[in-house]
Amino acid sequence: MAKLPIAADQIIEKYGPHKAYAPQAGFYGAHEPDKLVKTHCCYCGMQCGIQLKVKDNKVAGFEPWMEFPFNEGRLCPKGVERYLQNNHPDRLLNSLQRVEGKGFEAVSWERAMDKTINEINRIQREYGRDAFAMLSGVSLTNEKSYMIGKFARVALKTANLDYNGRLCMVSAGGGNKKAFGLDRSSNSWADLAYAEIIIVAGANISETFPTLTHYIWRARDNGAKLIVVDPRVIPLARTADLHLPIRPGGDSALFGAMLKILVDNDWLDHDFIENHTSGFQETIDAVKDYDLDWAEEHTGISKDKILEAATLWGKAKTSFLLHARGVEHHTKGVDNVLSCINLVLATGRIGKPYCGYGTITGQGNGQGGREHGHKCDQLPGNRDITNPEHRKYIAEVWGIEEKEMPGKGLTAYEQIEAIHRGEIKGMISICFNPLVSLPNNNFVRQALEKLEFYICIDSFLSETARHADIIMAGSLHEEEEGTVTTAEGRVVKINAAVSPPENARRDGEILMEIASRLGAGDKFNFANSEAIFNELRLASKGGTADYYGITYQKIVDNMGVFWPCPSLDHPGTPRLWEDRKFKTPDGKAHFNPVTYRPAAEVTDSAYPVVLTTGRVVSQYLSGTSTRRIGKLVDQYPEPLLEIHPKLAFQYGIKNRDLIKVKTRRGEAEFPAQVVETIREDTVFIPYHWGGKHAANQLTIGSLDPISKIPEFKVCACQLIPTGKMVSEDATEAAYQSQL
Amino acid sequence: MPETNYNQEMAFFVDMQRCIGCHACEMACAECETNGQESMIHVNYVERAVSVQTTVQVCMHCENPACANVCPADAIHQDDFGVVHTANTSRCIGCSNCVLACPFGVPKKMEEAELMMKCNMCYDRTSAGKKPMCATVCPSQALYYGTKEEIERMRPNSVPVNSFVFGNQEVNTKVNIMMPKGTHQLIVD
Repeated sequence: MAKLPIAADQIIEKYGPHKAYAPQAGFYGAHEPDKLVKTHCCYCGMQCGIQLKVKDNKVAGFEPWMEFPFNEGRLCPKGVERYLQNNHPDRLLNSLQRVEGKGFEAVSWERAMDKTINEINRIQREYGRDAFAMLSGVSLTNEKSYMIGKFARVALKTANLDYNGRLCMVSAGGGNKKAFGLDRSSNSWADLAYAEIIIVAGANISETFPTLTHYIWRARDNGAKLIVVDPRVIPLARTADLHLPIRPGGDSALFGAMLKILVDNDWLDHDFIENHTSGFQETIDAVKDYDLDWAEEHTGISKDKILEAATLWGKAKTSFLLHARGVEHHTKGVDNVLSCINLVLATGRIGKPYCGYGTITGQGNGQGGREHGHKCDQLPGNRDITNPEHRKYIAEVWGIEEKEMPGKGLTAYEQIEAIHRGEIKGMISICFNPLVSLPNNNFVRQALEKLEFYICIDSFLSETARHADIIMAGSLHEEEEGTVTTAEGRVVKINAAVSPPENARRDGEILMEIASRLGAGDKFNFANSEAIFNELRLASKGGTADYYGITYQKIVDNMGVFWPCPSLDHPGTPRLWEDRKFKTPDGKAHFNPVTYRPAAEVTDSAYPVVLTTGRVVSQYLSGTSTRRIGKLVDQYPEPLLEIHPKLAFQYGIKNRDLIKVKTRRGEAEFPAQVVETIREDTVFIPYHWGGKHAANQLTIGSLDPISKIPEFKVCACQLIPTGKMVSEDATEAAYQSQL
Repeated sequence: MPETNYNQEMAFFVDMQRCIGCHACEMACAECETNGQESMIHVNYVERAVSVQTTVQVCMHCENPACANVCPADAIHQDDFGVVHTANTSRCIGCSNCVLACPFGVPKKMEEAELMMKCNMCYDRTSAGKKPMCATVCPSQALYYGTKEEIERMRPNSVPVNSFVFGNQEVNTKVNIMMPKGTHQLIVD
C-alpha cells in the first residue's frame, strides 16, 4: 500500500519543501552562542571542517574552523548555509503513519515500532526473509553504515541490503579492487598541489567539490598543467591548459588512445611495469588499433588535442589523475576507471611524492560508507561476503554462526526491479531518496507503489518518504556523534552539536530498538557511538580497509587519521603504495585490458541528441536538505536544459524557451539555457529535483555488469519546443510546483 | 568609531581567474554581523551565453573615496586602516550621490531602508584580527586576505594591482586585483 495517501500537492503544502532563510527563531543566539562545536560539513566527500554555533540546543550559525588542515576555513555555499537544515520548519518532529485519504498523522514510537515489527515478521513469514529489503545511504557516519550492515544481516536476516553509493562511486571501487586490491584514493590532497600534470576527468570539481579547487590552483601556481575532460566547459575548464570536450560515453576510447600514444613514444616506466605490475602486454594489445582517427571518431575530441594530452601526461615526472561520476556513471564505468588506472600504471606515477590517482566521492561519507558492509556484496573492512574466511571472521565478531549470515543480495536498482517482479514485498530505507536519485523514476515509483509495507527513517519527508507506511523521525548530521572518511581517506570526527528535537530520535537508537524487538537486542547493545566504532575497528582488523589503530581520541588529536591504520601505534597512511606492495593476490598492481564498447543507448534518427546529467553548486544529491534552504534554492531554483547555440538553432530554440525532452522512459519540460559551454551534440540537465522537474524520469536503468552502477551520464533524447517561454521571474512558481 | 585592533599589514586581494562563481562569498557575507544578513559582495556572470566566467564585485576601499567625498551628509567614514565604512544610519539621507560617484559601481541604495549600504571589509572581524567572511570561506581563494608578501610568494605568476585609471582620474585602492606579471596599472577606458 505504498501509494500516496493523498495528492502530492497536499503533502507538499504541509511537509514541504519550504524555503528557510533564517533559523526558525531568527538569528537570536548567533552573536552569543552557548558553544561552538567543531565538526564537519554534512555534504560532499571533502568533509570541510566547520564550527557550528549552538544556542538553546539549536544551531544558530557557523564560524569557520581555520585550523582544520584540509580547508582552513574555506567553504562552499552549501557549507555556509548547511546550518539552516537544523531547526527547519519542515523538520519531522514526530514519527508519522500513513492514513488513507487523510495523509500522514503523528504516531507514538510504541505504535510505529509495533506496526513495523508486525509487518516485517508477517512479510518474512509469508514470503521469506529476503522479501524484506533495506536501502541505506552514505551521508551516514561510519558507525551507522557499520551498524546497518550488521542490522540487515543479523536482525532483519535479509541478503537484500544495498546503499546509494551504488549510484555514486562503485565503478571506481570495482576498478580500484581489480587494479590495486584496495579501494581508496592513493594520496592525500596535499600531493595534488605539487603535481606537474593534473587530469580531471568527468569531475565538475568547481561545482561539486569547490574547496578542492584551491589545491588545483595551488598546483598551477607551482607550474602544473591542467587537463579537463568534460562535455561542458565547467568553471575549472575555463582556464585549463587543455579542455577535452568529450562526447558522453567516449572515456575509455580517449584513455585507451592515450595509452597507445604513450607506448608508441615509449613514455613508460619500464622498471615499474616490469617489477610491480602484471597484465601490461594484454592491455596494450587491446589498444593497438586505437589510432588518432579512431580516437577522434569515438570521443568527439580533435586528434591534435588527444595527442597533446597524451604528450603532456607522458613527458611529466609527477602527475595526478582524478575522476568522478562523469567517468563512473556508465554501463562501462569500471572499464572507464580501469582505462584511467592503466595510464597511471604505465607511467609508474603512483606511490611516490606528488604522484596520485583517485576518485572524488560525491557523498559525505562516500569513502567510509563503502568500507563497512552496507553494500550487498560486502562485509566490514571491505571484506567479501562470498569469501568463507571473511564470513567466518565477521560472524565471530558479531557473535553469530557463519551459516546464519545471509549471502550476497541485490544491488539498489536490482532491488527496485525485484519489487516490480513481486519478489520483494517490504522495505526499510534510511537516508536514501531513490525516487529522485535512481534512473527511470516512473519505474521506481511504480515499484514503490507495489510494496506491501515500507518504512522510511528520515529527518524530512522526502519524495520517497511520501510513499511510506511509517516514517520514523530520525536524526540530522549535527545530532549524532560519529566518524566519516573523506575522499582522501582521512577519518574525521563528527561531533553532536544538538540533540534531536521533540520526538525525533537518533538513527542509531531507532535501529537498535528495531533490532531488539526483532530478537537481536543482545547483538546491538551499544552504549554510544564510540562503542560502535570500537566494534567496527575490530571488525575491520586485518581487512583491506583496516581501522583498528584509529580511536576517537587519535582522530581528535591529529585532526583526522588516514586508513589503513592497523595498530594503535601506527600513524595512518596518507600516501598508499610507497612500499610497492599492492593488495592483490600476487602483490602487484594489475593492468586490465579495456576494449571500447558503446553506451547502452546511442542516438538514432528517433532520439538524435545525447542527454547527460550532473549537479549544480548550490544543491546536494536529491536535494532533501538543500531544496529547503532559501538562498541555495534561489541561486539555482529549477533545472535548466543546457544546449549549444548551434543545436538550439536547428530546433529554433531560444534562451528560456520551454523544451520538452523525451526519451524512451519518459518526458519532462525544462527551460532552455543556450550556452556555448557545452558540446554541440549534447544537452545537460541537473538531477537534484523530483516530480515533474526530475531529470531521472528520462535516464536509463541500464547497469554496469560489474559495479551495477546505472548509466546516468548518457542516453538518447528528443527535443520538442513547446512554443512557450519561461520568464526569469517565473522561477518561484517553478519552485512551488514540485509535483 | 571605537578603538580597533587591525593588523596594518593585511590587505585584500581579488583574483578573477580563480573565481568559480559558487556564491559562497555572498552567502558568508550575509552571515557577518556587520551587515544584517544582507550580502555586500556580488558575483555575476560576465556573459553566460558564451562563458562561465564570473566576476566578484566588492568595495575597493579607495584611498581617496569618491563616495565619501560626495556625501552631503558626511555619512561615510574612512578609518585608520583605510576601510571605507557603510553609511552611518543616523546621517544617511538616501540621496544616492555615493552610488553615482563610485567609479566601481559598488554602493547600493537599499530602497526599503532609504539607506546606502556597502562592504565594511567585515569591520567586526577584521578590526579584531580575524579575516573577512568572504575571503575566509572562498573555496578557490579567488578572494584572499593576508599580506602582500604572502600573496607574492604564493602566486608567482601574478601581481597585485591597486591603481586604476578612469579617463583622467587615477584611483588607488586598498583592495588589490591580481593581474598577470608585469601589470602595474589597470586602465579601465
